[in-house]
Amino acid sequence: MTTGAMAPHRSRLTPERESFWRLVRAEWTKFRTVRGWVIAVLVTIVAITAFVFVASDVSSSCVASSGPSACPVQPTGPGGVPVLDAFYFAHQPVTGSGTITVQMTSLAGQVAVGQPSNGVPQLAPGLAPWSKAGIIIKQNTSQGSVYAAMMVTGSNGVRMQWDYVNDTPGLAGRVSASAPRWLRLVRDGATITGYDSADGTHWALVGAATLPGLTSTVQAGLFAAGSYYDSNSCTYDVSFCTRATGVFRHIGLSWPATGWTGTNVGGPNFGVPAPGTLRQSAGTLTAASFGDIGPAAGNAYGGNGQSLQRALDGTFFGMIPLLVVAAMFMTAEYRRRLIWVSLAAAPRRGRLLAAKAVAIGAVGFVAGLVAASLAIAVGLPLLTRSGPLAWPVSLLTEARMVAGTGALLAVAAVLALAIGTIVRRSAPAVAIVIVVIVVPYLFAFGPLSGSQPQGSGPGGGGGWPLQITPAAALSVQQAVPQFHQLIAVYPLVNGYYPLAPWAGLAVECAWAAAALALAYYLLRRRDA
Amino acid sequence: MSLTARVAAPRYLPGQALHAEWTKFRTVAGPAWLLAGVVTLTVAVGVAAASAAHCRSATCGIDPASVSFTGIYPGQAVAAVAGVLAIGNEYSTGMIKLSLTAMPRRLTWFGAKAAVLTAPVLTASALAVAGAALAGRLILPGHGFTPAHGYASLTSATDLRAAVGAVLYLTLIALLSLGLAAAVRDSAAAIGLVLGVLYLFPLAADVISNPPLTRHLDQIGPLPAGLDAQATTGLKALPLTPWQGLGVVALWTAGALLLGALVLKSRDA
Repeated sequence: MTTGAMAPHRSRLTPERESFWRLVRAEWTKFRTVRGWVIAVLVTIVAITAFVFVASDVSSSCVASSGPSACPVQPTGPGGVPVLDAFYFAHQPVTGSGTITVQMTSLAGQVAVGQPSNGVPQLAPGLAPWSKAGIIIKQNTSQGSVYAAMMVTGSNGVRMQWDYVNDTPGLAGRVSASAPRWLRLVRDGATITGYDSADGTHWALVGAATLPGLTSTVQAGLFAAGSYYDSNSCTYDVSFCTRATGVFRHIGLSWPATGWTGTNVGGPNFGVPAPGTLRQSAGTLTAASFGDIGPAAGNAYGGNGQSLQRALDGTFFGMIPLLVVAAMFMTAEYRRRLIWVSLAAAPRRGRLLAAKAVAIGAVGFVAGLVAASLAIAVGLPLLTRSGPLAWPVSLLTEARMVAGTGALLAVAAVLALAIGTIVRRSAPAVAIVIVVIVVPYLFAFGPLSGSQPQGSGPGGGGGWPLQITPAAALSVQQAVPQFHQLIAVYPLVNGYYPLAPWAGLAVECAWAAAALALAYYLLRRRDA
Repeated sequence: MSLTARVAAPRYLPGQALHAEWTKFRTVAGPAWLLAGVVTLTVAVGVAAASAAHCRSATCGIDPASVSFTGIYPGQAVAAVAGVLAIGNEYSTGMIKLSLTAMPRRLTWFGAKAAVLTAPVLTASALAVAGAALAGRLILPGHGFTPAHGYASLTSATDLRAAVGAVLYLTLIALLSLGLAAAVRDSAAAIGLVLGVLYLFPLAADVISNPPLTRHLDQIGPLPAGLDAQATTGLKALPLTPWQGLGVVALWTAGALLLGALVLKSRDA
């Protein structure tokens, strides 16, 4: 230190970069030494966590009316996912590896339009987009057992689907007598491979599925399912109001044939207007059935499980103190004339703004991370008191929810800082921040929700307030998945958002970036 | 002759306080801009909402007044800023010391402050609500809000009551903000607190699925209670009658003003 022999310390960073981190450090010191600000951020964490107790107070109608035992139970498939599994299955037991092949020449559809007379509902023609018929290899005939299937659909071409949530496209176009579709499933151990063909000689691979725990003897055969259709579109008062009728020819099994057994999976009256039927005539089989095989998401889910996202419902209210602090992080400089000192110490104004953004963004990120971790830790046991969640949440999804909440708060804090820089005065800045972030969320539920067409197909509820405003970032907390192969209503109250998780966060980032750019421009151009 | 005898005892008349506060209010540009903001935002969002709303059947169940008055959601935030800054600016500029030296009777000063805020906010709210209602009256009949769908007229006594309710609601929110600003004495914290109180109840009511609790939240929260005062359809299903709703908002405002007065009276400025 005092001797000339010692080499002076040189930072490995360039002088500019080193001075930037010094600035960040200075801004961090400004933040942590104001007691009220630290308390406000702690209040944010506590508010988000404490809100769990309000949000998890769920008294569903079936509990209130006739006791918990009356609540409907959604069947579950592999991995505990809730599933729709009600269809007509013409099957025979087969053992070991082998192949099933079929030619399909027709898929017709009907919609139930009236109440059943003598158990037969009145039908009108109408093919739903995901009405399906084809061949299937399934563990057994109980609901939720593993399967893989090749099928023709109403307007989505040939598909291979397996284990309820997986869907891969094959040949496009609608099936007809002049454009038949050949389908083939090949079983080899636990792997089932699907092929399709337009002529029965040239085959194309569609997909390969590995079914965990598939036993040696399984059921193979033909199926038809009308598909779930948002009951708002049905005049008939059940969810499965569409029926599919498939015509099968040239059925070939490599296993020894034992004759078809017809089974209504899920029972003959599992929420369907009428049981399925099978007709055989001169090399042709015709199967017709209501029902569906697929995930039970959106309003197709009939159980009373909750979305884990409920545990984070306090985020939008709880972030208000953080937003106040983030706006004041800049406006207090103006009010106390500290901005003169700050700019004298860091004459390059953009760097000062960047340092402040880094400091307050880090505070917001950590606050969000801690709050979301606590809220999920407290909320998970509360939400699963009366049964499993509406959809099992993987560790990866949970990590995305926690990290996403951190990012959501970090970006919101930066947005508040930028608006504070633009407006330079606390009260208007805080009001603007809250109006652009919190009020759209209210709109999504409130006065504007009625005027938005709500979800046919994935997309979720809420409309434009949750698509183009910073409140879109909320979608990063979504814990329940949406499926393109399930046309249902995906309501906002059940935790479905109109944008994909990271897309929603990107919208908020765009707002913050635009506000920062304007703040930078004004900060450079104006006298302090 | 003693000094005290020659100087007349000062008389702190409410009228003088009012005059002084009114002079302060009208000679800075901020309040006028804020009030213009209340009108612009309320009308603009109302027009946008009315343009987006469609009633396609007799059972669409949309309250035309709630569509026209959608702009109250953001508009009240501006009214709240006006209320907060009326007191907050005194503290942030240090003016409060001078104000209280000139008018040592603090409650008189506070009352004058509130009165001077009330009149312009009431006027601006009336303009804002009248503009929003007019926009709704012009736009909504073309979007299916017709007699055939059960909307006989958009200018009945009920609609007038909803408009009056909306005007009084905005004014009460500005006064609520004034009271809370006097209690916390910092503009940023006060506006955060006011908007937190306003938006907490509807946010909570939206996300929880416990009907009795939701109903209670809608009864005690100032924002949902104020919405009841602005409703024109489905009045029987409301958690509160319109005037009860306005009464709840008035209670919140009275409580905030009382709290502000107590803090002002008991603390050093």
